[in-house]
Amino acid sequence: MSSLPPHWGSWKKQWAIIKPYVALAGNIPQPEIMKKYTFTEKKDTRSGFGAGMQQLGQQNENVVALCADLVGSLKLDAFIKENPDRFIQCGISEANMIGVSAGLAIGGKIPFATTFANFATGRVYDQIRQSVAYSHKNVKICASHAGLTLGEDGATHQILEDLGMMKMLPGMTVINPCDYNQTKAATIAIAEYDGPVYLRFGRPVVPIFTADDQKFEIGKAWMVSEGTDVSIFATGHLVWEAIQAGEILEAEGISAEVVNIHTIKPLDEEAILKSVAKTGCAVSAEEHNRLGGLGDSIAQVLVKNTLVPQEYVAVDDSFGESGTPAQLMEKYGLTAKDIVAAAKRAIARK
Amino acid sequence: MTLSTDHILAHATHISGELRLKTLSLYNQAHAGHIGCSLSCIDLMIGVLLLHKAEKDTFILSKGHAAAALYASLNWLGEISDDVLATYYLDGTTLPAHPAPGQFKGIPFATGSLGHGLPIATGIAHAARIMDEDSYAYVLLSDGETNEGTTWEAAHFAMQHKLDNLIMIIDKNGLQGFGTTNEVLGDTADPAKWTAIGFETVEVNGHDIEEIYSTVKTLKTHKNGLPKAIIAHTVKGKGVSYMENKLEWHYLPMNPEQYEAATHEIQERYFNIAANA
Repeated sequence: MSSLPPHWGSWKKQWAIIKPYVALAGNIPQPEIMKKYTFTEKKDTRSGFGAGMQQLGQQNENVVALCADLVGSLKLDAFIKENPDRFIQCGISEANMIGVSAGLAIGGKIPFATTFANFATGRVYDQIRQSVAYSHKNVKICASHAGLTLGEDGATHQILEDLGMMKMLPGMTVINPCDYNQTKAATIAIAEYDGPVYLRFGRPVVPIFTADDQKFEIGKAWMVSEGTDVSIFATGHLVWEAIQAGEILEAEGISAEVVNIHTIKPLDEEAILKSVAKTGCAVSAEEHNRLGGLGDSIAQVLVKNTLVPQEYVAVDDSFGESGTPAQLMEKYGLTAKDIVAAAKRAIARK
Repeated sequence: MTLSTDHILAHATHISGELRLKTLSLYNQAHAGHIGCSLSCIDLMIGVLLLHKAEKDTFILSKGHAAAALYASLNWLGEISDDVLATYYLDGTTLPAHPAPGQFKGIPFATGSLGHGLPIATGIAHAARIMDEDSYAYVLLSDGETNEGTTWEAAHFAMQHKLDNLIMIIDKNGLQGFGTTNEVLGDTADPAKWTAIGFETVEVNGHDIEEIYSTVKTLKTHKNGLPKAIIAHTVKGKGVSYMENKLEWHYLPMNPEQYEAATHEIQERYFNIAANA
């Protein structure tokens, strides 16, 4: 008995927990090569939001849009043109916009309150907390220009804490889609869901690689490509980087599973556990502070259920700065190359 | 309870006394503070919530720290039963120190974090407007609460969107948490400021129920695109002389002797019953 490693007991416990998932995973035929993704066009996710709003304008008369004087930035022009009576200009008064949205919700409307992510969260946290989350009102907070990829406007506007703030609010659904098509689909899906939602998207043009006819399921992770050596859980703009990382790893003989966690909350715990049961290690990738974002949510699931190593790809507890999106992603370690390095670290810790 | 307007007006003093006694008993049972704040706005509750709010209307107590006055009023209206009222402040209650949402139709929002009520009420008023509903959004603010920037954001919004179905009442007792309004941030409930911003602004005696009732009644007929501001001059702690205009009764709870003195005084002043009768 004494020859057993001291941590044996915990591994036994771990095996008991992950065994059903392993058995399940074993029934799925494993692809020999990674699923390939290409793109023919790049667009900004905020335009996906605008397109989703335009469609909602046509199909759901209860949807109303509010904006704090950033109509052009939020790509609301088409919605406003087609539904002038369902657009409510709030001026540069974000806190009031959240309160007005809460009021509209009890009047039977589905308000989409829109502005930059910085002003949609930190600036108005108490309004969201009291009037929307605690009062459980059907308000959709739709936030553009999130993260470093806002670019040259710099740290004042580059919020990297919003996912954390929003996911801590009881009852709040938090969604960070990865491309134009997914953002459009998510925008349409949240109108059907009754409850408060934070929808986060961004400014830069990024590859469109998801289907244009996809059905967006809140809280259901999307298996981008299956693999066996490491699970990469990515959200938002980092999903494309994760796909690139998967291809680099594949060329080096490492099989990466890429999973898109578009819904940070409620988190698809089952998908996460199923994946790590197969691969034995995890990488989280997000355009957010290392503290409080997707990585921490995943870590909580892992630590409660199993024992596998996890590496973070995230901003290392820092504010951003001015630069091009590409420069900033490089400098703050949010590229495919960084995901590859994190994957290797995670595998080495298995 | 469904009683006619005439009945309530004819018995206004007694109802005012009844709600005061009920409110005091809640604070006594809970050994809690914010007594002065509730006594300050009870007559406004009667003049607006009891006398004007129709089924389709909304009433928001933005100064959520006066929750006991709201609970007593909703109890009077039959929305909160006596049994439920008795759970005030207790473990698991639906009646906490500050109103919690989702329990009663008359309390659609959490309030008590100041500066939220006017934005919410403007949203409610705006929803009625775009749905072409003839309803009113009533919101009761404290004067201290008008320090909050959101109140002024909402005021401009209400003007811009011509929300004449928004009726804001400010409980202007001149005392906020730790000082007079003038000492703390100046008079942000100054009628001149609300007039300047464009609200149709009227000053009333916040303890004259008849005046409050008729002022609201008149303002409701003014479909002039202007949101309404009723600046109600009130006395913090109204009805209990040792509390009246005394800052400390914002936060202090009563001891048993003080509670007894307070209830005796209410009986004397509102029911004409001598203390030692």
